[in-house]
Amino acid sequence: MNLKIITPGPLSTVQDLGRFGFMQSGFSPNGAMDTYSARLANLLVGNSQGEGVIEMTLSGITAEFDCETVIALTGADMNPQINGEPIEMYKSIHVSQGDVLSMNTAQKGMRSYLAVAGSFDIPPVMGSVSTNLKCGVGGFEGRKLKAGDCIPLRGTVDLLCFGTRKISPCNDYKTGVEVRAVAGPQDDYFSESELKKFFSSEYKVSAKSDRMGIRMEGEKISSLNGVDIISDGVVTGSVQIPSSGEPIVMMADRQTTGGYAKIATVITPDLKYLAQLQPGNTVKFIRISQKEAEKINIKEQKYFSKLEYRLMFAK
Amino acid sequence: MNDISFLPAGDSAITVEFSREISEETNAKIKYLSSSAALNSKSGIISCVPTFRSVTVYYDPAVISGKKLQKKIEKIMKRYSPSSGGEKRVFHIPVCYESEFAPDLEDVCAHTGLSREQVIGIHSGTEYLIYMLGFLPGFPYLGGMDKRIETPRLDSPRTLIPAGAVGIGGAQTGIYPLASPGGWRLIGQTPVKPYDPNRAEAILYKAGDYIKFEPISREEYDRISALVESGKYQVLITGGTE
Repeated sequence: MNLKIITPGPLSTVQDLGRFGFMQSGFSPNGAMDTYSARLANLLVGNSQGEGVIEMTLSGITAEFDCETVIALTGADMNPQINGEPIEMYKSIHVSQGDVLSMNTAQKGMRSYLAVAGSFDIPPVMGSVSTNLKCGVGGFEGRKLKAGDCIPLRGTVDLLCFGTRKISPCNDYKTGVEVRAVAGPQDDYFSESELKKFFSSEYKVSAKSDRMGIRMEGEKISSLNGVDIISDGVVTGSVQIPSSGEPIVMMADRQTTGGYAKIATVITPDLKYLAQLQPGNTVKFIRISQKEAEKINIKEQKYFSKLEYRLMFAK
Repeated sequence: MNDISFLPAGDSAITVEFSREISEETNAKIKYLSSSAALNSKSGIISCVPTFRSVTVYYDPAVISGKKLQKKIEKIMKRYSPSSGGEKRVFHIPVCYESEFAPDLEDVCAHTGLSREQVIGIHSGTEYLIYMLGFLPGFPYLGGMDKRIETPRLDSPRTLIPAGAVGIGGAQTGIYPLASPGGWRLIGQTPVKPYDPNRAEAILYKAGDYIKFEPISREEYDRISALVESGKYQVLITGGTE
């Protein structure tokens, strides 16, 4: 049971929700950029939320299934088709032996996620199947997918009993988004007027953005006494202000520590919007308190527990 | 401990800052907190990442709020005293300083005015404290290098430094745990793998441990390399209390 890659797209990798146990040793968490979409894809095919999925960037894969299974696609719409017939996103789809999945380029959004029932039969490295491109470990042979790859499938699902699962997308893929952020950890490196400027300006996403960071173009933020700090912890969502003054939001392939002052931290539930922005799209950062941020995080966790329960009984 | 600052880092992490300076005393506090069983066993704590001057604690806000976590950490740090540093671990890392592995040792000699033997003697004569791991898996930021062997980085970084290379970059020394571009002056090579994703303990050492470099010959390098490859090499770790 394999998924055979015919064309890989520009950057397709196997990712789960990240490798979180080794950050104290300098190991990036990696994992899906838009973990929300990755979780949804898994739930649609009856997997647990944290199984490995294929993350595709801007353009999707063409691939053949050599067995019957159930798949689901979430995230950016890349016009997926099975044997040339359009299929729905955010819905479980039965595929037969020999079926070919093909995809195009996303008009809106940046990343699409493919989950397969039972997920991929690849060995976890340090507790995760996420691909770490820098170290060449995890995922499928530690690298992005290429033509000819045969990714083994576990295929443990009972196909006869598997009903249709469908959910509505969480993101309407606007070209401009507002994301919520908590000031700090180094907000005291900036004057009140610079903080105001950061939290009221509209930034453009730079073409230099990647899985490590989403780079912003626009209002430059200046610090009181330089932006170099003695390195401290970086989290996913940290907004670094380098000496150029243009913010960088640290994402899944970020380093674990860093030497630039961090003016704010984008909250985890809003990273899914950043992960789907194309170069030239716009972002505004909305300031909220740590307490409000925690509440939103808890609300999203509750949403997933309810959804998991609901889908379990889907017919 | 009212000199601790709690800096918010979003919806599920806080940075516990002990100082804005690097010092052994700050490092001892960081080691105490990040290895505290009372913190790590608390439900809702996901991960503790120690750095030069702070610990970033990742938590699940559905289990413990940032406010409560802060109180817990204050309570833990009340029990800290400079004598509670715990066990000292020194990792003895074999290094071959022979020319084949030391393309920049001559530059270090020229810059410092010392002989090869002197540079090697000074470099391998110190127990270096690991302040933190970062940049690459298992890349140790070491403190305490002798000023006499400080040498500026290369004007233009190498595009590829092999895994296990030992170098000097300005006032710092360290090991490249995997192949990477870099600008440090290379003075030796260890056959030991500080990072091996297929080993039960993927990273050899932790922040707060010490590293001592032990000079070895080319023959010894090959012998240890073979043992490392077959998973039979055991790095010497010596103890003692701080």
